[in-house]
Amino acid sequence: MKRGTLTALAAALAALAAVPLWVPGTYYVNIASQILLYAIFALGINVLAGYGGLVSLGHAGLFGIAAYTGAKILAAGGGHLAAAAALAVTVLAAAVFAVLALRGTGLGFVMITVALGQIVWGIAYRWISLTNGDNGISISGRPSPFGLSLAAPRSFYWAAFVVFLLALLSMVVFVASPFGAALRGTRDQPRRMNALGYNVWMIRLVAFLFSGFWTGVAGLLYLYYNQFVSPQAVALTASAEALLMVISGGTGTLLGPVVGAGLVVVVKNVASAYIERWNFVLGAIFVLIVVFMPDGLVPGLGRLVRRSTARWRPQAAAAAIAPRQEARR
Amino acid sequence: MSLWLLLAVNSITLGGLLFLLSAGFSLIFGLMRIPNLTHGSFFMLGAYLATSLIAHGFGFWPAAIVAGIGVAVFGGIIERLVLRRLAGAELAQVLVTLGLSFMVADVCLMVWTGDPIRIATPPGLQGTTAMLGFGFPTYRLAISAIAIVVAVGLWLLLDRTRLGAMIRAGVDDPAMARVAGIRVSRLFTIVFCLGAALAGFAGVMGGPILSVYPGLDAEMLPLALVVVILGGSGSLVGSLVGSFIVGFLYNFGQAMFPEIAYVVLFLPMLIVLVVRPQGLFGRQPA
Amino acid sequence: MAVNLTRRMFLAGSAAALAMPAPAFAQAKPVKIGLLTVKTGPLAAGGIQMEQGTIRFLKDKNYTLAGRKVELVIGDTGGNPAGTKTKIQELVERDNVDMIFGPLAAFELLAISEYAAQAKMPILSLAAAEDMTQRKPNPYFVRASGTSAQYMHPLADYAAKELKYKRVITIADDFAFGHEQMGGFQRVFEDAGGRVVKKLWPPLVTPDYTPYIAQISGVDAVVQGFAGSNPLKFLKQYQDAGIKIPVLGNGTAGDEALLKSYGDEAVGMISCSGYTGDLDTQSNKRLIDGMVKDYGNIPGLYSAGLYINGQVAEAALEKTGGKTDDREALIKALRSVSLTDTPRGPFTFDHLGNVVGTFYIRRTERKSGKLVNTTIKAYPKVSQFWTYDEKWFLSQPVYSRDYPPLKS
Repeated sequence: MKRGTLTALAAALAALAAVPLWVPGTYYVNIASQILLYAIFALGINVLAGYGGLVSLGHAGLFGIAAYTGAKILAAGGGHLAAAAALAVTVLAAAVFAVLALRGTGLGFVMITVALGQIVWGIAYRWISLTNGDNGISISGRPSPFGLSLAAPRSFYWAAFVVFLLALLSMVVFVASPFGAALRGTRDQPRRMNALGYNVWMIRLVAFLFSGFWTGVAGLLYLYYNQFVSPQAVALTASAEALLMVISGGTGTLLGPVVGAGLVVVVKNVASAYIERWNFVLGAIFVLIVVFMPDGLVPGLGRLVRRSTARWRPQAAAAAIAPRQEARR
Repeated sequence: MSLWLLLAVNSITLGGLLFLLSAGFSLIFGLMRIPNLTHGSFFMLGAYLATSLIAHGFGFWPAAIVAGIGVAVFGGIIERLVLRRLAGAELAQVLVTLGLSFMVADVCLMVWTGDPIRIATPPGLQGTTAMLGFGFPTYRLAISAIAIVVAVGLWLLLDRTRLGAMIRAGVDDPAMARVAGIRVSRLFTIVFCLGAALAGFAGVMGGPILSVYPGLDAEMLPLALVVVILGGSGSLVGSLVGSFIVGFLYNFGQAMFPEIAYVVLFLPMLIVLVVRPQGLFGRQPA
Repeated sequence: MAVNLTRRMFLAGSAAALAMPAPAFAQAKPVKIGLLTVKTGPLAAGGIQMEQGTIRFLKDKNYTLAGRKVELVIGDTGGNPAGTKTKIQELVERDNVDMIFGPLAAFELLAISEYAAQAKMPILSLAAAEDMTQRKPNPYFVRASGTSAQYMHPLADYAAKELKYKRVITIADDFAFGHEQMGGFQRVFEDAGGRVVKKLWPPLVTPDYTPYIAQISGVDAVVQGFAGSNPLKFLKQYQDAGIKIPVLGNGTAGDEALLKSYGDEAVGMISCSGYTGDLDTQSNKRLIDGMVKDYGNIPGLYSAGLYINGQVAEAALEKTGGKTDDREALIKALRSVSLTDTPRGPFTFDHLGNVVGTFYIRRTERKSGKLVNTTIKAYPKVSQFWTYDEKWFLSQPVYSRDYPPLKS
């Protein structure tokens, strides 16, 4: 990564870390916590959608499985076991999802994930003895990992930030790794990868597990944050919203899902206080992004920044001219 | 015995409505490979437009036609301005069609408020018809007839007209179709308008049964998806058969297995897709 | 698109003013009421009515209660629990409201109940979840409308004793609100000698009720407990199926605000509600006239409910002398409110914060071309426990899909 981008990124992360210190009030700290947890959810979906070319509209099912499992264990007095158990169950569920979904490609894959998500949602609604139906499950108080209380908004935010950093780091490692390259290969040229001897199915399965793991983490954070989970968290709209975060931010980029999560959370929660027709505005923003920046906010804004700072970078300016001459040949 | 008969007839009539709903989606996805997630909004918009037309004195059938045309115009605008530049960019298409559905839903809420609106059954089709010793809602029987008429009409269009031949050429191989001189872009717009018109028309047809209310779009879209998936997108026969299958699953599933009422459609869809990923009538992916 | 800038600018100004050390002039600060409602999505109809009812009340009072100015802050929850949590945090932490009206739905209320109790924030809601004032009571909760079953106990009594029905089938949305309603109906109906033959539970999102309607036969009546726009869909499909069995409805089915959407299929339906449009009280007249003038709509239980919440808040503020700093005193005052001239008639609250008031049995009829409800019987002083002993009632499980169990 170029030095300029690296410093920008470091500055952004530092600003994020210091959020509770510079935002005007605990309400905004809570918004920031939500942005982080949805960012982790979006990062998880991006593993499959962006790098694997597999669009899933059922990830809210995995999200919900983690949240519900955690809730049940905590409500039964589980404590620290809850997180580990919930994640294990979620990864297992992701494996089941993967085996079923990978039977299809393209729209078939999407629809299988929709069906799976809807089935989890139906179970959440209907199996009242297990999930308490639409009344949901409340947990009293947030768990204290390593003895640190998460009750205060600041503490929760910093805990979420640490988890977010871990998620981001794992994404960086994943993208740079041979596995990440293999996954991108299966996205772009599945038949060629097969011919080269890669087990495309296995690569996709492992990617699904990796994606499911972080989705589960996001689900747990959701549970800890809201101290409540109900079938609405597993609905099709929840999956669609998360996918929209990824697409609007930019699939196949590291920061796209984060930016997308920020966009959706801010419009839904903060802008909705000022704009009555915020649903319309959110939809309009999506349309505008597609029209002006079809590959997402992050690549689009990146282009804008590069173009406007090109005048300060003579080499970049020359480089900008040269490819055009290339194309004319 | 009477219960099964009632359910069987209702399966067919519901299938008719589902065919009208999903034919447009199947057409658009089959030809243009666009997952048009605004489809549910087209359905709802058509129904809302008809309520206003009817309130201003239009009859039911003229309102249905005008509403269908109105939605077609809207669809055409979307296709030319937005979707045209997104050929092949599936994720962008998902994003934009979902974004548009948010916008349409909110505009409908603004214009027609949140109260549900009832559409009266057109005169002449009210009441029940005696058949096989039972009374069946006349209007629902009429819907099945209309669905068959539309299906036959679409088949004639696709199979017997030059336009249909061009459309089928565009489905099978857009590049070669262009080489052969077919204006594929204009064809795409026509197909999208046709799909939107069908959806809007279906919304009006469904009005006397479902009424119109916020959230109708989100309720109808998954049904259309299930039908298209089960039947195979782009296949007219597939949509027809898929509609009736979904009609049967819905009626018998809900009545016989209320435990799984929430997943009575998605479980079979899952099973079909896992066993035969291209749907019942779809072609094997190239 | 409405941009509520003026309210926000006012808030920003008052926030700046409040940042300075505040002298002990409590009367100068306005009372802030937060309204949690749903303005987008399928629940929007009820949510918008809630907003209209609240604003109608405040306008009638010139935005002044007990000598203090009132400021209304509205939060759109989007109809989902996570959104409700965020909005209540916004109201409590950012806007520093003194009390909260709403939210609309039971699942929204359950998501925020603990948070609100910890923040000692009084909540006046219409959400009908039984356990909020029964087995898991929230000490800061006040409900002037009724529990889910509270609407159905009188209906069951009327059906068994006056209409002399013996066998019924119930049909309601398959979620907690539906379960609780039908459980309540079943208990009273069967204790009075009737029998619930079958309970049908279509999922909340059901386009076609025919598979359920087809199972309705051989009974004296059908009891429906749908909410939102489902009663409209159901009754139309019911009439189209040609079934002539009489229909008994819950509060939401017979709601005045929904009547304008029905056709002839609703004529003859008998419903039970805590609010009825033909109640002859001064405040009801004011409410109806005001709603028709401002919005062109007849008020239903959502707008009336919020209007009544406003009256409760006013009465409580008059008791505390306009003070809202002492939350314990405020909630005590709220729960001790006893009113007579309200759109729902006279009522008080029981020690758990739930209303004890009159419930009306109405018949839907067509008068001068419009559908209206005509009250045919009033049950005064109905509590959430009906005529049962409170301790016994609470020792039983909460009404659910399988409780009380069917006798067959």
